[in-house]
Order: sequence, then structure tokens, then C-alpha cells
Amino acid sequence: MVATPDVSLKNLTIDDSIEHLVEKFPNIVSEDTRDGYSGIMIDKDNLREVAQYAKDTLGFDYLSSATAVDYLEEGFHTEDCIEMVYHAYRTTGGGALVFKAQTDRENSEVPSLTPVWMGADFQEREAWDLYGVKFTDHPSLNRILLWEGFHGHPMRKDWHEAYYEEDAKPFGSRWPAGHVHRAEEKTIFGKNVNYPADIDLARLSDMSDDKLYKGFGLGVDTEALHSEHGGIATDQLIVNMGPHHPSTHGVFRMVMTLDGEEITALEPVMGYLHRNHEKIGERNTWLHNIPFTDRLDYISSMGNNHGYVLAVEQLLATGKRYTPPSYRVEVIRVLMVELTRIINHLWAIGFWMNDLGAFFTPVLYFIQERERIMDFFEAVAGSRMMCNYMRFGGVFADLPERIRSVNTLINDRIRDYNTMQFLTEMINERIPRTIDELETYLTDNEIVHLRAKGVGYLSREDAINYSAAGPVLRGSGVAYDVRRADPYSIYPELDFDVAVQHEGDMYARYMVRVMEMRESVRILKQILPRLEYTAGESATDNNSAYADKVPLGESYGRVENGKGELGFYVVSAGNKRSTGNPWRYHVRAPSFINLTPLGKMSTGSKVADVVGILGSIDIVLGETDR
Amino acid sequence: MAGQGFVKGMMLTLRHFVDSYVEDFKYGLKRYAPDVDNFQVRQGADAEGVKTVMYPDEKVAMPERFRFVPFLVVQDHDDELNPSKDWCTSCGICAKVCPPQCIWIVRSDDPVTGKPVPEPEAFFIDIDICMNCGFCAEFCPFDAIKMDHDYEMASYDRTTNHIFDKPKLSKEVRYWNHIAPTRAQEEMEVRGSWNHKNFEKSWVTTKAEAEAAREAQGDKREEVMNRKEEAKAETGIGDGPLKIGQGGKAPWEEPEELRHARAQAALRRKAVRAQRRAEQN
Repeated sequence: MVATPDVSLKNLTIDDSIEHLVEKFPNIVSEDTRDGYSGIMIDKDNLREVAQYAKDTLGFDYLSSATAVDYLEEGFHTEDCIEMVYHAYRTTGGGALVFKAQTDRENSEVPSLTPVWMGADFQEREAWDLYGVKFTDHPSLNRILLWEGFHGHPMRKDWHEAYYEEDAKPFGSRWPAGHVHRAEEKTIFGKNVNYPADIDLARLSDMSDDKLYKGFGLGVDTEALHSEHGGIATDQLIVNMGPHHPSTHGVFRMVMTLDGEEITALEPVMGYLHRNHEKIGERNTWLHNIPFTDRLDYISSMGNNHGYVLAVEQLLATGKRYTPPSYRVEVIRVLMVELTRIINHLWAIGFWMNDLGAFFTPVLYFIQERERIMDFFEAVAGSRMMCNYMRFGGVFADLPERIRSVNTLINDRIRDYNTMQFLTEMINERIPRTIDELETYLTDNEIVHLRAKGVGYLSREDAINYSAAGPVLRGSGVAYDVRRADPYSIYPELDFDVAVQHEGDMYARYMVRVMEMRESVRILKQILPRLEYTAGESATDNNSAYADKVPLGESYGRVENGKGELGFYVVSAGNKRSTGNPWRYHVRAPSFINLTPLGKMSTGSKVADVVGILGSIDIVLGETDR
Repeated sequence: MAGQGFVKGMMLTLRHFVDSYVEDFKYGLKRYAPDVDNFQVRQGADAEGVKTVMYPDEKVAMPERFRFVPFLVVQDHDDELNPSKDWCTSCGICAKVCPPQCIWIVRSDDPVTGKPVPEPEAFFIDIDICMNCGFCAEFCPFDAIKMDHDYEMASYDRTTNHIFDKPKLSKEVRYWNHIAPTRAQEEMEVRGSWNHKNFEKSWVTTKAEAEAAREAQGDKREEVMNRKEEAKAETGIGDGPLKIGQGGKAPWEEPEELRHARAQAALRRKAVRAQRRAEQN
């Protein structure tokens, strides 16, 4: 007999859920009482049991983030250990259940949570790759961002990069005796190349089929390829698509096993653009990280800034001297973020059309409007794509009075507008016109229907289970939008709907994007009067100073970016009351985690469809590989 | 009806196609004539159709806040009281706030007392590493470092050209007032005058003092202004950085001997590196 789950438990508040778990699992679950931390600590041997219970009975069905933190010689909060931190949410909305499990640094081993949430798959592989945590029973625990010939686990605190100078910026060599030199002249790279003891480098020159597939095909069973299919003795084929394939939107590779033209298995391979963003982030000061977040999803840098700034402001708020951002700041931030969302979706749909074969005609029409929006960004923030606009407690600068100004060039009179007039025209006329045009062009187009409907199907349950986010999740019928589910900034007072489509195919994702653009315009129309109402208030007075320190603790700030839920998990730790550099800086990248269900979506499709499916997920490799 | 959506889309493509060429038909070949400026028509916010900016013949103007590799503000070279004086006090905030740590400053010390003097002895920016974030300009308390509008910095040799030193970074304060008048005005209002923040404290404030200083050190203004005229004659830009040595010339305009010497130097450096590597292995 199947026991009926207690529905009321699914409505418990976060605090009550924590209390319930502590009561239900004595000696296994305890509250995390460290200064500035929240959630529960679970004994690692029982991690899966508790997680399963939290998912099934308490209703935390969506695993947002899973990551590791290395507490080496931290000495204040905890002994030396590696801690896995998980953030689980309910798709019905609400805050996070944060749970953690600590493991030894030398023999790090934690049970894998992939049986509970498949969304843990890539994130656990990342934790293995960067921290060396072994996950028991993980289906394929291989390195994901680095190659197998990489020595060590770079995110560990005792691992030093090739041009290592100091643990934390600012470096002492820059001032007051800053005699310039190039890092590569001091450290000859050749001396820094180490290989792990068990690496077989000869494999790389072995071109025999079996070895080649085993090496590059990532565990593809080469024996099974030679079996009989459908009564005909025929081989299955392995096709390596990428990393230099134009349809992959960057350097990204897909290893596909084909039966005829049908895909039987697909494995995404990434990391070609990996630069260990998070390690750089730990060296940086808190402020330094803001321009680095621009380089994640470089299509929507304003959104990235917003997520990071929110995460750090949550920490700052625990300190004594903290004033929250003023109303005008919040209005300007939402203005920028919603314009970014429109840019992102125009770009996503445009390039998805490229993938479907409408080569660059539609995308150029959409980019025209994007250019106008970026003109605005350039006039306000100083850069078109790397905006670096938001600051802790404020923004870089208020909107200028005019978009263009006198300049050294001869053509300085074009595009010289009053800012509010430019914005009003853009929001009320130009952007809606562009979206209308986009719909006329594509929504009823029979070719789009034929290519997109019913292709790349992801069911509602799978979308949640694989931690898909953004249009991929909402295209599968889950009305989950962080702006509504766990509101931040001034979204609670704004009137907009969450775009949802129930079909779960490529066309549904396209429709979600179109609807979201319309909702963004709706929000922007509400922003305009607010901008006028707050005109004259300062947007910069509250900005943090250049060397502001951040109180101890952890926080997870997440925003609904164009690509999906973008989260920043930051930890301020050490043996002082506040720190100048983050102890841990983790990015929950939607482009990365949305690839987890790619194999599932593509199985059974044709090769030509895979290109479209990847385009419909909408990834940016700068964020995927970090 | 089947195909209706497709036809609708094709009509849209046709409209865009026509829009893109209307201006061309209107202007014909005159479009390329120097006195007809249809740039505004083609690139204005209300322009229809897809049109290209014919870079480098045409350029879109930069907004004031546009930021590219920073420059150092110095007092005008022909200033009465403090010609070519650095606004920078070498306080080091820009070096500390720089995310990729590409700013290197040597602080000057008084040779007699050994105490720090508010002036940089040397100032370097590695423009290969600079990420154009603008923090240095934003957090400088003396308005002494600013983001430039000059984005054409490509060169043929990274190792000799891309670490900018103080002479190469320095630009007159009038250049800043020219490229960003609104912001210069705002900053002036915050400071209270068009002068440096420390003007009363540590700058030459009277003509008599300036005369005395000139007599002690000799008048350098004339020499500097000559160099500036030279640079202007060559580049046509009056407010750009001073010409230093052979810099600022395209390689194909360099004399043959210099190019040869440069190539030889590069080869020597390469040999030294190879030798050093061999020794270390």
C-alpha cells in the first residue's frame, strides 16, 4: 500500500521545515548555527535519505544549486573540511531550503544526489572537477570543465595558478613601488605544466577507432555500436559535432551516437572557454567582481551585475552600517534588467532562426533594435556590452540628461536626444513595433512550425527534475519565475504575468520568449512614470566605498535572467569580523545547468534538429564554461 | 490557407530590402561625396532598413561616458603657473581598485627627507590587461585619471607598445574638458573650482612663485609646446598625447633602418628567452 503523503507538510514555512527535519532525523540533521549562516547540516552518510524526504514529503522539488566550499585554515566557522551546499526550492514559490554536508578534505566523498534530482548531475561533476569531491553512485563522474590531463583540483585553497602572485588582491607589488613587469616573464609557463600520475598521454596519438572513441566519446560503449539494429547488421555511428561548429554558439561539442540519422545518445562536452572565473573571483575584492560578472553571459551583463549585487547586499544588510538602495536605484536597475531581457530574447530567437536555417536575415532585423537599446546602455553605463553598471547600494551613475553629447567626431549631432524622450519612444513605439514585426515574421510561419513543433520535447516532470530554468522550464508548463516565486527589488509592486506554455517543445520556448518580451514592455511602461516621479533623487550617494568590507556569513542571491535563474552563492569567512575578499564566490549558471537535459531532449531526433534544440535552450559559452 | 504565414514573412523581407536601398537611390553616387552628409539619415534612430557604418571613413560618435583605456590628467602644457603638472598624487587608490591589477605606480620620495611626495615618479598601465571597467576613474579622489574615447590602439607588437608609461598616458586637462564637457562641469562643481583639489595646498598659486620655479629649473614649456606642435602636424589632433620618440607611427611609415633594428631586437629577445628556458630545464 502506498502511503498518502501529508499535503500540509508541503506548505510548511522554511523555518518550520527545518524544525520538522531536525525532529524527524535526530542525530543526523542539525541546524546550522554558525554566525551568518542558515539552513541545516546533514550527516553526509544520510544525505540522500534526508534529501529524498525533503523532496517527496516537504515538496522541495527543484534543486537550484549544488556546490562545494573549501574551508582550509578558515579557523573561525569550522575545522578544515570541504562542505557541499545545496539550495532546494519549491516550484510553487518561496524561499530556499539550504542544506549542507561536510566531508574530509583528504578523502572527500559524498553520496550523489542524482537519484533524487537529476539536476545535480552536471553540478556534481563540476564539484568533482574543481574540488575533487567524489560522489558515490554518480552515473558518470568525469571532469566536466577541465580535461582529464589536468593535475589537481583548482578551486581548492591550496592550489595555485600558473601566474600566482598572492592570495588576495590588491597585490602589494603594484603600489607604492610598482616597477612594472609582465607575469609571463617572471613565470615561464613551461615549468608549470604537471600531469597527473595516471594519465596516459600516448592515448592522444593513438588513432585507432576504439581508443579514439573511448577517449573522445566519453564512455560510449564501442562494443555495442557493432550490434544488429532492426534486423539489419549495421553499425551505429559516433559523430563529434564541434567544438568549432558554428551552430554551437561558441566552442562547444556534442558527442552523438547515431542509428541511421536518429540520435540514440548525446553527451555535451564543454569547458573550452573555461577560465576558472570562481577562482579569479576569490582573489578579487568584492567590488572587483562586478565587472567580471559582465563577462559571464555577455549578452545580458546588466542582469549579471544585478544578481551579484543582490547577493552581496544581502550580506551587507547583516552589518550595522547599511542603508538599502534608494527607490530610484531600484527603478533604474529594473529598467536596465528588463531592457536586457528584451535584448537577450531578441538575440536568442534570432540565433535560433540561424540554427533553423534562416541564415542571418531575421537576426539582423532584431539586432537593429538591440543596437538602439545598447546605444542607451553606452550613454548611461559607458559600454555597450560590458556595462559594469551596478554597485553595492546604488548604480554607477544616474541617467544622463541627453543620450549623446558634443564630441570630437564630425558626426556628433546624430542621435542627440533627451534621455527620457528617447526611452519613452523606445518603450512605447520602437520595441513593441519590433516585437510585432518578429511575430508577423515567425509566429505563423509554416516552416517554423514544421521545424519547431514537437521537436526537443521536455516533459514538465523532467524539466523540474533536471533543474531546467528560464524559458526551458516555463516552456514545459511550469509557471516558475524568480521575479514572482521569490521576488526581489521592486517586482512585487509591478504588474506582469509569468509567461507559460505547456507543449514543452522548441516552439513553446519560442512563444515563451515572445510573451516575456511583451511582459517586459509592460513592466517598462510602468517604470517610465516611476522614473519621472523619482527624478532628481540621487542614485549614487549610497554607493559603497572602494574598499568596503563585508560582514561574515553566506548568502545566495538569484535573479531571473534572460537565460534562466542566475544565482550567486557568496561566502564571507575568515577570522576577522568582516572581509575584503570573498571566501567563496559561486555562479549558478543557467546556461550550464540547462544543458543537463540536452541529451534527454535530443534522443530520438535527427542531427539537424539538435542544432535547433541547442539554439532553443539559448546558451552563452562565457557563462557555461566560466 | 497553407503558406500564408510564409508569404507574410517574405513580404516583410522585401520591405526591409527596399528600405535598405531607398537612401541609396535618393543620393546615388553623391552619397560618397564629402559635402553630402546623409550619415544622420542612415544612422539616426528612426532610420529604416539595415545599413552599415562605413568604418573607418565614418564613425559613430562616442557618448560622453564611453570608456576605453584610461589616461592621466596633467595641467595644460602652456599653463601660466603649473605647466604640465600631474594631477595624480600617487595615492594608489586606482591601483588597488583595479580588478585585473594592470596599474603600476612608483611613488616619488623626497631625496632629502625620504618622505613621500604627492607625485608619481612612474605610472604604468598594461593596456593588454586593462578591462575598461572604469573603476580607476570612478574612485579617483583627485579627478586625475579618466577614461579615454580613443579606441584605435591596435599595434603590431605587443611586447614594446602595450605597456603605457607616464608620458604616453598623460593628456592635458583641456582634452578632458573637451571630450566630456558635462562631466567636467559636474566635477568642477564638486571640487568648487576648475583647479586641482589640492591647488591651495601644494600647487604653485602665484605668478611670482611660478617665475621663481622657472628660473630655478629653466623654462620647459617651449620645448613641450614644440613637441606638441610636431604631434599635431603629424596626426592632425591638437589635444592628443605628446609625441614621444618614434612612437605613434605606423610600422610601414617607419624608416627602413628602424624597422630592421626593431626586428633584430625582437630576435635577440627571442634568443634570450630560449636560452633562459634551456637553462631552466
